[in-house]
Amino acid sequence: MKGRYVAAIDQGTTSTRCLVFDHAGRMVSVAQHEHSQLFPEPGWAEHDATEIWANTLRVLPEALAVAGLDVSDIAGVGIANQRETTVVWDRATGRPVAPAITWQDTRSREIVAQLDDGPHASLFEEVCGIAPAGYFAAPRLRWLLDHVPGLQRRARTGELAFGTMETWLIWNLTGGPDGGVHVTDATNASRTMLMDIRSLSWDQRLLDLLDIPSELLPEIRPNVEVYGTCAVGLPGVPIGGAFGDQQAALFGQTCFSAGEAKCTYGTGAFLLMNTGESLTPSSRGLLSTVAYSLPGAAPQYAAEGSIAVAGALVQWFRDALEMISSAPEIETLARRVEDNGGCYIVPAFAGLFTPHWQPDARGVMVGLTSYVTRAHLARAVLEATAWQSCEVVEAMNADTGTALTTVRVDGGMTSNHLLMQMVADVLAVPVERPLVSESVSLGAAYAAGLAVGYWPDLEGLRANWRRAAVWEPGMSDATRRRGRAEWARAVESTLRWAEQP
Amino acid sequence: MARGGRSTYGQRVPGTIQSIERAAAVLHLLGAVPDPVPLGELARMLDLPKTTAHGIVRTLCDVGFVDQDPDTGRYSLGSGLATLGQHVDPHLIRSRATNWADGLAARTGLEVQLAVLRGPSVELIAHVFRPDGSPQRLRVGELQPAHATALGHVLLAWSPVATRLHDLVLTSYAPGTPTTATTLARALQRARRQGWASLDAGVLPGTAALAAPICHRVGVGVGAMAVVGPRDQVLQASGEPHEGLAEQVVAAAQATASTLQDRL
Repeated sequence: MKGRYVAAIDQGTTSTRCLVFDHAGRMVSVAQHEHSQLFPEPGWAEHDATEIWANTLRVLPEALAVAGLDVSDIAGVGIANQRETTVVWDRATGRPVAPAITWQDTRSREIVAQLDDGPHASLFEEVCGIAPAGYFAAPRLRWLLDHVPGLQRRARTGELAFGTMETWLIWNLTGGPDGGVHVTDATNASRTMLMDIRSLSWDQRLLDLLDIPSELLPEIRPNVEVYGTCAVGLPGVPIGGAFGDQQAALFGQTCFSAGEAKCTYGTGAFLLMNTGESLTPSSRGLLSTVAYSLPGAAPQYAAEGSIAVAGALVQWFRDALEMISSAPEIETLARRVEDNGGCYIVPAFAGLFTPHWQPDARGVMVGLTSYVTRAHLARAVLEATAWQSCEVVEAMNADTGTALTTVRVDGGMTSNHLLMQMVADVLAVPVERPLVSESVSLGAAYAAGLAVGYWPDLEGLRANWRRAAVWEPGMSDATRRRGRAEWARAVESTLRWAEQP
Repeated sequence: MARGGRSTYGQRVPGTIQSIERAAAVLHLLGAVPDPVPLGELARMLDLPKTTAHGIVRTLCDVGFVDQDPDTGRYSLGSGLATLGQHVDPHLIRSRATNWADGLAARTGLEVQLAVLRGPSVELIAHVFRPDGSPQRLRVGELQPAHATALGHVLLAWSPVATRLHDLVLTSYAPGTPTTATTLARALQRARRQGWASLDAGVLPGTAALAAPICHRVGVGVGAMAVVGPRDQVLQASGEPHEGLAEQVVAAAQATASTLQDRL
C-alpha cells in the first residue's frame, strides 16, 4: 500500500474542507472554503452544488500544499457530508437542474402533511425507522419533481441523477459525465425516508407512495468500501468511504459499541448513541438511523436526537443582532453575569426537532425585564444549546433504557468552555472532549483508511482516542430542576406560532 | 510660531512631521464624509498634488486604516481603525488555537497551556491534557505568577511593560524561580533573542515548561502557548530543550497568530 496519510473531505453546511491525518489519527493539515448560503424566501435554504464542487477542487490541493505533500502520499480519501441536502443533476452535462435544497429548508412541509394524513404514514416509520418529516431528503426530491418544469418526465428516462452531497462529490470525483460512479452510503441513505433500514435497500412501496422514479437513485453501499478512484482532485487516489457527518463523528469518536454516545456541537447539535444490531423504536422523537455498515457484516444502528439550531444561534446573535463581532466573544460577554437574569431563548427558527418535532414552532425570547442586559442574552443563547441537549438526553435515557454516564463531545462549539460546563451541569454527567476535535473528518478518514488497509481494524482505531479535556458537573439538583422547568415553559410558548389559520 | 509654513489644513508646529499631518488630514476627511471619495477629490480638498495624495492613501491602505473599493477605486475609512482600540479577546485566541494546541499535545505527548497576562500573573485560557489517558483536571481560569512561569516570561518579554517588572514581587516557589530583577531581566532578554522561553522548576520542582508568544500586529504578544511536563520530557540533561521541541511550540504559536488576522 502506498501513501503515508489519509485524507477526508468534510462537506459541511457552511464550508467544504479537506483534512489530512497520519497513522496515529493526528491532523497534519487542513484547508477550507466557505460557500454561499442562499435564502431566497422565508423558510428556504439553498446551496449552489456547483460552487461546492468547485470549492472541493480547491481545498484538495491546498490541504496537500499546507503539509508539503504530494498526491502519492495519500493512501485513500473518505467523505463526510451535511446530511439530507438534496441535489438533482443532469448525467450528461453534470449540471444541477436546481439549487440544492438544504437540511434547514422547510418548504416540503405540505408534502409531509399530506403523507401524515394519508393511509401509509406508519409504513415509513416501519420501513425506514423515521416518521415522515420535512427534515429528510425524499420530500425535497418530491418538491423538485413537482416544481422544476419537465423534471418528473426526465427523471423517468434515466437522464437525471439524485443524490445527497457525498453522492454528488463521489460522482464528480470519479469523472462526472465521463464514467462517474453513482453511489450513496447506508448512513446517508437512511436519511432519505426511502431506504429499508433492515435490508439497506430502496423500498419500492415508499418510492411508489412518493412517485419517485428509481432511475434517479444511487446504489446504496457500505460505509467502508472502495467506491472508485479519483479522476480529478486527488487523481489516482481510491475513495474508500463515505458517511453522513453525524455518523462520521460517532465513528471518529470510536463509539463502536452499544451504549457509547457522542454529541457534535456545530450549526445544529446531534447526539447519537450506538444501539448495536438492534433498532430502538422511540416514543420520544428519537430517530433510528444506521450507525455504520461494514462489508459482509450486519449493520450497526444508532438512536439520534437532533437539535436544529445550536451554533447557528450564536451566528444569529453575531450577524443578525450584531451583539458580538466573532462567535468566541459570546463567552466573554456571557461571563460578565452570573446567570441568565430570568431570560430564556428558544431558537425554534425552523420548528423544533427532538423531542418535539413541531414544524409550526417559532423562536421566542421570554422572561424579558428591564434588568436583562445583552450579557444575560448571551448566557441565554448558550443555555439554549445546553437545555436542548438535556431534552435529547432525557429522551435517549428513557427510550434506550441505558442512562448515559458520560458524553463525548466534538465540534466547533466545544472550544466554548462556559457552554461545555453548562452541558455537564444540566446533564449531570461528565463531558469529555477528544484530542482530535475534528471527529467528523476523522470518521471519514477512518472509513477510507480501513477500506484501503491503512488501519487494520476497529480496535486499532480505538487506541487512537485521547482525552483532551473533561468538564465535571457542578450544579445543584434544585437549580437544575428549576431551570429545567423554566425551559419547559419557554418551549411551550413557541408551539403552534406558525400554524396556518 | 508658524515657522514651518502655512498649509490648507492648519498651522504647522515646529518639529511636527508633515507626512503624518497629511495622513491624519486624509483620515479626518474620509471620516467626515458619508461616501467613499475618489483620489482626485481627495487631492483637491487637501490641496495636494495627486501623486502625493496617492502615496499617502496607498500607505494607509497597506496598514489597514483606509479601504479602497475594488470596483470604483474610491477610498473610505478602513476596518483597521475600528479595531485599533480593541484588545484581542482571549476566547477568540482559545478558539483559534484549539487545533494547533491539540496537535502540539498529540505530537509532543505533553500537556499544553495557553495564557494571557493579568497584572503580575498569567491566566490560563486553554488547557489540553497530557494525552496519556491519566486523570487530569481542567485548569482554565487558574492564575500563576508571571515571573515563575515560561508563559509569563514570554508574555512579559513581548509586551511593552518594562516598567512593570519593577513592581513584580519575585516570590520564590521552587529552585528555578527567578528571584532578582537581574535574573528575570536576563531570562526575558534570552527569550526575545531565541523567540521562546524555557523554565526548569519555576513553580514546581521537577516540572519544566517551554513557551512561545502568540504575536498580533507589530509583534505584541497577546497570548502565549506552552508545553508543560516532567523535566526530562521537556529538557535534556544539559538544560537545553529536546531536539525540535522549541520549533514545534513556536510553529503552533505562529500558526495560531496567523489565524487571528481573520476576525470571524
